[in-house]
Amino acid sequence: MTGGAREAAAGIRPASTDAVLRLQGVRKSFGATPVLRGIDLEVREHEVVALIGASGSGKSTLLRCVTLLEGLDDGQIFLRGDDISDPRVDADRVRARMGVVFQQFNLFPHIRVLDNVTLAARRVLREPRASAEARALELLDRVGLADKAREYPDRLSGGQQQRVAIVRAVATSPEVLLLDEITSALDPELVGEVLDLVRELAAEGTTIVMATHEMAFARDVADRVVFLDGGVVLEQGPAAQLFAAPREERTRAFLARYRGA
Amino acid sequence: MPTRPFDDTAPSAVELERRAYRRRQTTRSVAVSLVSTIVFAALIWLTVVNTPGFERVRQSFFDLDVAIAAWPRVIEGLWVNIQVLAVAVVGVALLGTLLAVLRTLRGPVFFPLRALAAAYTDLFRGLPLIIVLFLVGFGVPGLELFPRNSAQFWGTIALILTYSAYVSEVFRAGIEAVHPSQRLAARSLGLSHGQTMRIVVLPQAVRKVTPALMNDFVAMQKDVGLISVLGVVDAVRAAQIETAQNFNFTPYVLAGLLFVLLALPMIRLTDWYTARLRAREQIGSIV
Ligand SMILES: Nc1ncnc2c1ncn2[C@@H]1O[C@H](COP(=O)(O)OP(=O)(O)OP(=O)(O)O)[C@@H](O)[C@H]1O
Ligand SMILES: [Mg+2]
Repeated sequence: MTGGAREAAAGIRPASTDAVLRLQGVRKSFGATPVLRGIDLEVREHEVVALIGASGSGKSTLLRCVTLLEGLDDGQIFLRGDDISDPRVDADRVRARMGVVFQQFNLFPHIRVLDNVTLAARRVLREPRASAEARALELLDRVGLADKAREYPDRLSGGQQQRVAIVRAVATSPEVLLLDEITSALDPELVGEVLDLVRELAAEGTTIVMATHEMAFARDVADRVVFLDGGVVLEQGPAAQLFAAPREERTRAFLARYRGA
Repeated sequence: MPTRPFDDTAPSAVELERRAYRRRQTTRSVAVSLVSTIVFAALIWLTVVNTPGFERVRQSFFDLDVAIAAWPRVIEGLWVNIQVLAVAVVGVALLGTLLAVLRTLRGPVFFPLRALAAAYTDLFRGLPLIIVLFLVGFGVPGLELFPRNSAQFWGTIALILTYSAYVSEVFRAGIEAVHPSQRLAARSLGLSHGQTMRIVVLPQAVRKVTPALMNDFVAMQKDVGLISVLGVVDAVRAAQIETAQNFNFTPYVLAGLLFVLLALPMIRLTDWYTARLRAREQIGSIV
């Protein structure tokens, strides 16, 4: 999964910074309610960052701002040095450089699994169907779903659907993979297979930012955990440190609610 | 009969008895419905035949000779209806989709387009088709702005104008029924707004509203007959001419029957498709 080929294809030169993603003073309100009140965050190449925080703390909003599905009220977002929050950039181009998986309804129910996976390559990157399909089949095979390639998504279990969604997101070799609570709509027995896939991608060096409620998984896989509270990054640090010895009182209180769960 | 030992291939005695009972029940209900249908039909027939004016009505509405004489002309007219229908269906599909998409555009830039599309659908859903036909069929050619076109042409246009308004509303409901996450998922893959509409939203929307669209098609199939008011010699107009020649209404009955025959396949298809869609939804499919 080399980002280099894709950048060359998109005609974008990597800037001289090792941060894949950088957020600077990002603000976002819905009406009179401020959700993000000045977020600063840096994600380096091959890093796995877990976003944690109470429900409504703005994790999804943050990820939606990064994917430009939501406009910013203030601040800047850089993808390998390119200011993607500049209104002059082509948002579709930028989105094609990222992979995104949501909680549910990721797959398009009216086209087959294989077409779901190859859609972006064929329609956005204008790759020939044959090579896109060959690569998609390889990826599906790796996650044990090659035999489902010709099925419609509704024939798959929830866990299989999410794995296909992840495969679809990485099929175009994105520079960063953004995951928004991808297991929270799943039955408990299906969570494992999806998280295993994320774990594998992380081990291969995929740069990942994931919002999650799976604290055990975050501790296990994330290089860094970021705690969102009151619209800012209240505390962040290596997973082991943040879980074992949080500095902030509010972080401690939040984590205490997950203890034993 | 000795009771069989319980095994998993042969049905048990209880099950055999149940099956026999179900078979008896089926035979009985078929027999009952057959008898009641015959009795019911006979009653209606006898009542109608014994009305004082029956013979007169039979002669002026159900005269086989008149029907045979009118056949060539009415059939020729029906062919005109079918041609108009074919063109109108394509026109309605295009204009209806366009209007629906315009109404779902977001953002202040598109306000005029959105408002225009909304005004259009309000207007043409309210206007009776026959008035649209008169206004377009007699009014627009009077402007002498366009090259002289036939009444058939303007009749087709009037049908398209009216039915596009209905169909766009159906489409819009379908577009809005597609889960918003689908749009987000499409955009986050890098698809443009247009591609998202074309590849992801519209195909799902169409599936959701196909039964409603098919119903509109059935309605349009018979409303094509209204273009006769513009003087187009379609099946209805042909029947009218034949009726006037013979002072006999049988040609109207003939044209009516032909319209019903034309609509039947579509009506059956609609029922079948709706049932299938419901069945799929019940086993948990999204589309
Ligand atoms: N489109 C919107 N319009 C108005 N308010 C919104 C919108 N999207 C999110 N919000 C509000 O913004 C706040 C943050 O929502 P967000 O979905 O980002 O939280 P979250 O951290 O992802 O929560 P969860 O863990 O439950 O997913 C919430 O109070 C929510 O009600
Ligand atoms: Mg969320």
